[in-house]
Amino acid sequence: MVGKAEPVNGSVKSGSNQSIPATMQSPLKKSDLIPNLSLKTLKLKTKQQELLIRVSILCLVYVLAFITRLFSVLRYESMIHEFDPYFNYRTTLFLTEKGFYEFWNWFDSESWYPLGRIIGGTLYPGLMVTAAIIYWLLRFLRFAIHIREVCVLTAPFFASNTTLVAYFFGKEVWDSGAGLVAAALIAICPGYISRSVAGSYDNEGVAIFALLLTFYLFVKAVNTGSLAWALASAFAYFYMVSAWGGYVFIINLIPLYVLVLLITGRYSMRLYVAYNSMYVLGMLLAMQIRFVGFQHVQSGEHMAAMGVFFLLQVFFFLDWVKHLLSDTKLFQAFLRITVTTAIGVGAIALGVGMASGYISPWTGRFYSLLDPTYAKDHIPIIASVSEHQPTAWSSFMFDFHILLFLFPAVCLISAIAVSATIKNLTLVARAKSKVTQTGSVRGSSSSKGSSKASLDQSQPFQRNGAIALLLGAFYLLSKYATHCTWVTSEAYSSPSIVLAARGAHGNRVIFDDYREAYFWLRKNTPPDAKVMSWWDYGYQITAMGNRTVIVDNNTWNNTHIATVGRAMSSYEDEAYEIMRSLDVDYVLVVFGGVTGYSSDDINKFLWMVRIGGGVFPVIKEPDYLVNGEYRVDKGAAPKMLNCLMYKLSYYRFGELTTEYGKPPGYDRARGVEIGNKDIKLEYLEEAFTTSNWIVRIYKVKPPNNRW
Amino acid sequence: MRSASEHDKVEGFPVHFALNLVLVSSESRSKVLLAMARSTSKDAQALLHSFRSAYAATPTNLKIIDLYVGFAVFTALIQIAYIAIVGSFPFNAFLSGLLSCIGTAVLAVCLRIQVNRENKEFKDLPPERAFADFVLCNLVLHLVIMNFLG
Repeated sequence: MVGKAEPVNGSVKSGSNQSIPATMQSPLKKSDLIPNLSLKTLKLKTKQQELLIRVSILCLVYVLAFITRLFSVLRYESMIHEFDPYFNYRTTLFLTEKGFYEFWNWFDSESWYPLGRIIGGTLYPGLMVTAAIIYWLLRFLRFAIHIREVCVLTAPFFASNTTLVAYFFGKEVWDSGAGLVAAALIAICPGYISRSVAGSYDNEGVAIFALLLTFYLFVKAVNTGSLAWALASAFAYFYMVSAWGGYVFIINLIPLYVLVLLITGRYSMRLYVAYNSMYVLGMLLAMQIRFVGFQHVQSGEHMAAMGVFFLLQVFFFLDWVKHLLSDTKLFQAFLRITVTTAIGVGAIALGVGMASGYISPWTGRFYSLLDPTYAKDHIPIIASVSEHQPTAWSSFMFDFHILLFLFPAVCLISAIAVSATIKNLTLVARAKSKVTQTGSVRGSSSSKGSSKASLDQSQPFQRNGAIALLLGAFYLLSKYATHCTWVTSEAYSSPSIVLAARGAHGNRVIFDDYREAYFWLRKNTPPDAKVMSWWDYGYQITAMGNRTVIVDNNTWNNTHIATVGRAMSSYEDEAYEIMRSLDVDYVLVVFGGVTGYSSDDINKFLWMVRIGGGVFPVIKEPDYLVNGEYRVDKGAAPKMLNCLMYKLSYYRFGELTTEYGKPPGYDRARGVEIGNKDIKLEYLEEAFTTSNWIVRIYKVKPPNNRW
Repeated sequence: MRSASEHDKVEGFPVHFALNLVLVSSESRSKVLLAMARSTSKDAQALLHSFRSAYAATPTNLKIIDLYVGFAVFTALIQIAYIAIVGSFPFNAFLSGLLSCIGTAVLAVCLRIQVNRENKEFKDLPPERAFADFVLCNLVLHLVIMNFLG
């Protein structure tokens, strides 16, 4: 939202009470050419100089994290991107209009017609409640701001807050230098930016902040052993659970951390206090979110935390008994009995739980983490989501750059490495000058001074080597910064709902077809009209078009989606039966043949066939392929040339010339001339096609009069 | 079975025991088992005795906390016995009842750890602060429980 302004006038921060103007005059003559104010002129003590530097760096990093995410707002406009954020925006709008009680108990009949969706019980409310609170706060301060602006800028605001948490985390784990480097690295890390750019109003924007906060507060609790910090970390965990389904990784990482501490022997009573209070309070708080429900005691993914909880009880109980009993032999007897009973009981309980089905097994999310190809073979609807594809190695480099070989996926460890290296190198670089001043003057110097002298004599090039390495480190960091900014600007700042391209003369051409189509729907269809489209566009249609949809991005009902897939893949008359059964009034398809847009429904069509065929065996994928190849030209399969999706996409396209020198009906996205140009629709009629033919809407005709 | 050999050396235990079992006939085997059972009970008694004498030495305030923990655990056991008999139908009510007992027991143990003067790590934590934290956490715990009861 509003970044903190950096302290421009350094004298505001200074603690000196001497007359500043007088002391500033003489040095100013010397440092006239230097644009910055020399710190020496302010007569600050070293600690205050350090504080000033640290605070100004943090402020700059805070502002940087915010502004680097603003590319799309500057290039296009302040709008919500992609698909999922539109659902979040719609629910936030509902929350601010109707209040929390209505929101928490909301049953939505405008999506998944005719089933409806219990929105109150199937979402993670953290993001919406956060945006609503910011909105109400601003309203209270009399800023008449629209909720959409708040939603668009929530993610960058929380990214800035994440850098602060990263700083404190680095400071807790190592020292403030590492904290500053961690904050700077995470501010521009492309992997994080891609999910928290302005307009990407999605759960991760807030969840990453909550994640880092939970980890930081837990580490603080373990270090101090205080119940207050453990309570704070329980609340941070509650915020994390309310914000994102990925909280499961936290509830497994923290027990893993505790386990590692126990195994390596780096534990104490503080660990017991921290983990136990955090676990019990955090678990209770987490179960208040209806979507999570009782998973903390019933799901296999959460059992590790409970296991570690019991392990800690046994462990520390034995520790206490050992402390009480002075006789070691008796204690070992006791130890044997307890350990065998505990393990036995635990194993039996777990076995009974899993066998009777009470403890549900691990979900697809975890299997996909361990084996990225799992979803492709077993769950086509998860595999069809482009974000779920296994990451190519080049994407790792794209997203993480130098962090990849400093330490994969952990900005903090990289920060520690970078900061420690730079610190050591600067120490070595400075060592020589200090030694010449102090070592030679006093004969009996301290051991530190003598060791530094010997260090200096053994490797005369050490100082130069250190300076060279320092320069290398700075070069690497600057390359990282450049790469991150370039990646953000080119790859992650596109709103996906507005497309841009370069025209023939190099001018920028904007395709705003999606919003055009949704606005047409909003203004030209009856309010109770039902729209059938592929599930990708469901959230956008309900949010912007304000019409009921058959399926949307929540994908909670595979059979319903398979019904729509079957309708799209069938011949027109069979599809008409299905559409009549679902009360469909309008059908929406996305077509990229005129513009060359490659994420259209014809390219996604095979997934519709697969998902539909997964539930209705009458749809067979080989029917649409020719020799295993997917084609739309003259050599395509006959079923492909006559299915509903083909007809709706290419209706009247055969008369259109799309490119100079190519025949009419040349599909620019597939690069071929289409096979079936003479399309006649019997049960549908064309209602609207956008200016660049990207979105096409058809009206389903009511049945003919019987006589 | 293995605890009977505590009188033997711990390292040489498996070899001796195995040899014993192999060489002895079934009658004398039952005699050996009886002897082992007796020594186990003797062991347990000695254990309990030394435990009791060591516990008597703990200060009174810690004993009060221990009593509170024991009471909470006892209440939890009663609830578990109840659901074993009657069933856990309003599951959220069951969980909130059980977790309030376990939660307050755990928090009381944390208080005991922080207040115990023998723990070197907490020697500069004033016991009033520990108690205030305990009260705060219990307050949060019971507020959440009341929301969860439904």
